[in-house]
Amino acid sequence: MGRVRTIARRTFLVGSVAIAGGVAFGTYMMQRRLPNPLEEGLADGAATFNPWVLIDAEKVTLITPHGDKGQGVRSAQAALIAEELDLEFSQFTTSFGEPNGAYWNRAFAEEGVPFKATDESFMAENMRAFVRGITKLISMQGTGGSTSMADSFDKLREAGAVARETLKAAASQQTGVPVDQLKTAAGAVVLPDGTEIAYTKLAATAATIEPVRKVTLRDPSEWRLIGKPMERLDILGKSTGTLPYGIDLAIDGMVHATVRVNPRQGGAMTRFDATAAKAMRGVKDVLEITGGIAVIADNSWRAMRAAEAVEIEWGDAPYPHEQDAHWQALADSFGEEQLDSMWRDDGDVDAALAGETAITAEYRSPYVAHAPLEPLNAILLVTEDQVDVWTGHQMPIMLTQQVAAITGHDADQVKFHNQYMGGSFGHRLEFEHLKQAAEIANQMRGTPVKLTYSREEDFAHDFPRHISMGRCRGTVANGQITAIDVNIAAPSVIGSQMGRAGLSVPGPDAQIAAGAWNNPYKIDAFRMCAFRAPELAPVSSWRAVGAPGAGFIFDTFIDELCHAAGADPMEERLRLIDHDASRKVLEAAGEMSNWGSDLGPNRGRGVAFVESFGVPTAEVVEVTNTDRGIRIDRVFVACDVGTVVDPVNFENLVQGGVVYGLGHAINCEITYADGMAEQSNYHAHEGMRLYQCPEIIVKGLENQTKIRGIGEPPVPPAAPALGNAIFAATGQRLRELPFNKHIDFV
Amino acid sequence: MRLTVNGKAHEVDVEDDMPLLWVLRDELGLTGTKYGCGIAQCGACTVHMDGIAVRSCQVAAATADGTEVTTIEGLGTPAALHAVQEAWVEHQVAQCGYCQSGQIMQAASLLDMNPEPTDEDIDIVMSGNLCRCGTYPRIRAAVKTAAQKLQEA
Repeated sequence: MGRVRTIARRTFLVGSVAIAGGVAFGTYMMQRRLPNPLEEGLADGAATFNPWVLIDAEKVTLITPHGDKGQGVRSAQAALIAEELDLEFSQFTTSFGEPNGAYWNRAFAEEGVPFKATDESFMAENMRAFVRGITKLISMQGTGGSTSMADSFDKLREAGAVARETLKAAASQQTGVPVDQLKTAAGAVVLPDGTEIAYTKLAATAATIEPVRKVTLRDPSEWRLIGKPMERLDILGKSTGTLPYGIDLAIDGMVHATVRVNPRQGGAMTRFDATAAKAMRGVKDVLEITGGIAVIADNSWRAMRAAEAVEIEWGDAPYPHEQDAHWQALADSFGEEQLDSMWRDDGDVDAALAGETAITAEYRSPYVAHAPLEPLNAILLVTEDQVDVWTGHQMPIMLTQQVAAITGHDADQVKFHNQYMGGSFGHRLEFEHLKQAAEIANQMRGTPVKLTYSREEDFAHDFPRHISMGRCRGTVANGQITAIDVNIAAPSVIGSQMGRAGLSVPGPDAQIAAGAWNNPYKIDAFRMCAFRAPELAPVSSWRAVGAPGAGFIFDTFIDELCHAAGADPMEERLRLIDHDASRKVLEAAGEMSNWGSDLGPNRGRGVAFVESFGVPTAEVVEVTNTDRGIRIDRVFVACDVGTVVDPVNFENLVQGGVVYGLGHAINCEITYADGMAEQSNYHAHEGMRLYQCPEIIVKGLENQTKIRGIGEPPVPPAAPALGNAIFAATGQRLRELPFNKHIDFV
Repeated sequence: MRLTVNGKAHEVDVEDDMPLLWVLRDELGLTGTKYGCGIAQCGACTVHMDGIAVRSCQVAAATADGTEVTTIEGLGTPAALHAVQEAWVEHQVAQCGYCQSGQIMQAASLLDMNPEPTDEDIDIVMSGNLCRCGTYPRIRAAVKTAAQKLQEA
């Protein structure tokens, strides 16, 4: 295997160009300001300065285009604008806005290049600029990859500053007072004599002047909002049941629909008989759609019950029907032909491993469902020249394209009304339920159709996290790790996900070994290979994508080698780390947990470190081996996002990420039998419940220069830290998730 | 069937076995009560029926006939929060928030029956309510704050 020299970077470059269809572009295209969608249909006397700020005589509206799945990003986006525009949270309304290329995500490029996120070299930065250009040209608007803050931090503060300076210019024009004598505070321009002119009173004048684009962003020492606890805009609505999610909306004249589509995903429906269902109360119709049926009724429950009453015969799945065959496909994928990328090849690994007795281990990370608590849903109204879509989704522009392809409209005739989401974890990157809703509503033009999935349908079509398998070898000597050879095989999640959207993504899939290849360790003999298994069950991005699986494999093996060497797992990781911010994160977790202190009998402590989405994250888990099983006592988390925007929400998201990571590590997997997912509801795929939740102590460091997101990074280290702690407490090494297949939990 | 929801009398013509959840959501338009699983695994549909916390997805319309039901909309409003809701806002419990109607209704019921719950009491009573976002540390803290508020009231 030492002969293979796949140069991932070159392949990526070629691949990236291919994504854009070979488009060549110059600096003009890159620097060109995209048209402001708020200018279309702008009312008289209303002013807009950029795609994010709209002010009229009545109110200030801030456009916060990143979707809110619960991560609080609607508030955080508004806070960035309000920081520079001097607005209090009570002084504006917010909107997700409409799908538009002006809202392209500048940070998607960070994950689209085969460089460590922490690599700020000339070549890495240039490549990011190149991919950024492509994402702009192809209007990549979207929320995911923990990119919202990275995309928004400068852009939205600048949007606020431009609005502020233009409003000051308007005030100067109205009053004759020079701009440099004007200040702004709490939604008003303040004159030298203390007179306040509300922004709403300046809108008409501001609308007549060119936005002032030369602005200076405030020094962090002047920040009123950023870095300080905020009250999320949605917290009152979410604490009183008054905030509507997509599933709660109603449109006049709306009918209720649900679907049953072949649980052997992608398979056909060979026969159905809806006679009994059609006779049931409230049922209006049963329609055939791709791969299944839809029931139209006057109530969601009646639709779901009738759908169960439809007799259906399903065709075969386009993947192996039994779970064992999925694992076998991975086991068969560790060959040169399946080599997707060799991420590292430092030193002579073969020589290092040949001379001594290598330590070997095999790991498995299963399919896992996203299962956000709000089942998938959408309301669609199709008319001759317009399609309206109400739902919560992460990819607005792609959504309009996918729906338009079904209904025969142009994408810009699809009006998408984005909603707060009852969780996603990657589930709402998918389009299949929207395509189904479009098929139904297109057969019922003029009638609004609300599609609601049953929980069982949602589980059957979750498009879970991909399975992965790791085969690792390593050597230790003199109390140190001396050589390591990590091989990870998995189907390509990017290939599966993009394939369903009709897109082909060439080049290696960095997610196969994400969380492993980008580790900050320097080891003399170090090889890391990712192998692409054939496409199996359809899979999609699950919170942190590749890093929960590959991070579990890699970090657990590091821990095994530390113990084999007789080294302290914390000390040895620190010795190997070759990145300053990562070292500080690990050190912080060590200090917080009082690493090295005696925990007493039947207790154990494990550490894990995984970098994902540019955020080095270390977690220390403490467990007790009780007579009823393992109890997770405490978790200490340290991570570095560069700048913490809201410390309260930050802590909540980190704790939630740890719970998500631990809960699924304990008891969740999707397995296939007869081509169908065997787990149909939360009783069989439970996650963590409150009584199992440990105390979780969080520390956010700010040593990195770039700002990063925190939605995903706390998830990957949780599983290996727990497994490593269980080993410390019991001597039992767990190499397969979920752990409850091998050990009991309290 | 007749039932009183949040103090208002309703008469609805539904099947005897339609779950109360769907009577509330689709017949009465009270969408603060959420559908999560339909099999009493998640607790998102928790309401109070004659003062007792129940999973409304498991209560047939015929069973709910003649009862008094309180939903999240009737517990308190944005302008007049219940003590549990005040605590939920103060601790900023919600992330996606979809489970929180059920969490709050369950917590209110717990404190109604047990004004000074121990940590163990909270763990036992609140563990039937699933939170996929993992806000459990904040739920624990908010229940304690709410207990204090109710004691002081």
